[in-house]
Amino acid sequence: MTEKKTTNAFIQGLRDGLPIGLGYLAVAFTLGIQCVDAGMNAVEATVMSLVNVTSAGEFAGLAIIKASSSYLEMAVSQLIINLRYMLMSFALSQKADPSLGVGHRLGIAFGVTDEIFGISIGRKGRLEPAYSYGAMAVAIPGWTIGTALGVIMGDVLPGNIVSALSLALYGMFIAIVVPKAKEDKRIAISCIAAVIMSSIYTYAPVIKDILSGSRIIILTVLISLAAAVIAPVKEEET
Amino acid sequence: MSGNTWIYIAVMAAVTYLIRMLPLTLLRKEIKNRTLRSFLYYVPYVTLTVMTFPAILTATGDIRTACAGIVCALILAWKKQSLPVVAFVSCCVVFIAQLIVGLI
Repeated sequence: MTEKKTTNAFIQGLRDGLPIGLGYLAVAFTLGIQCVDAGMNAVEATVMSLVNVTSAGEFAGLAIIKASSSYLEMAVSQLIINLRYMLMSFALSQKADPSLGVGHRLGIAFGVTDEIFGISIGRKGRLEPAYSYGAMAVAIPGWTIGTALGVIMGDVLPGNIVSALSLALYGMFIAIVVPKAKEDKRIAISCIAAVIMSSIYTYAPVIKDILSGSRIIILTVLISLAAAVIAPVKEEET
Repeated sequence: MSGNTWIYIAVMAAVTYLIRMLPLTLLRKEIKNRTLRSFLYYVPYVTLTVMTFPAILTATGDIRTACAGIVCALILAWKKQSLPVVAFVSCCVVFIAQLIVGLI
């Protein structure tokens, strides 16, 4: 690959990453507000976002920190919730040139998020490391700075703005799930089952007290396993 | 808080990075087992749904404003709007709903 082509790919990555970075800034802001709620200070919250760069994972992590659950529970929750990154990483690996060095693979891996994966996989031809780095160069600062701002300015904002913003992360989750459920009925049914079972698990007497901190993990494994057995997907679909 | 926050962060970061890194570096062949592939196919969507419901109902502190936001998010997501757009517009709807609820 020539130097010019690499530079172009990097700039293109920056450009495509910019809207992602801005979106991250806003969503991370609300994450920052929740970090304060979990008892974290600005430095802890900022470092957490810089080294994790994952909305759902950090969000679940906060709940575990707040509840002072075990480190093992933290590890398992991250494994389950971020399992989708494994699929993305796998797909990127198929798209990468087989001769691509380990150094670049380690670098690209750090920036595997839903959105960066989306723009990387949608691009024609082989995976270009410079493109991924360009996208990461705006997206990761957006996420990290947004978190810091949320911690610092969350107190300053009026309560009604903070409570409105607290819907942002969930809105983003809905935006990931619904389009997929629309095109795949099996995903739709699995997710409807998830809504019902999660509500029962949260509110039903007796049940709600059983391993309440592990609700997300237990239900994810149970429902996904049931779906995999009842409605296995064909090879070309995954 | 009984656990150390920095250790929690280190555990999170290590697990999350390993998940992202191992397939890219090691798994260059395809996973063959159909049930495992299917399981991995369903996990992301099921886990996001479980995280969202029912927690979203209490997120804003008022179930009525939360429902306004949920309906807005569902409609925009159905129309395949981008993630930040869905998130931001839903927040705006909650904000407006709060003003309306305040007037009643």
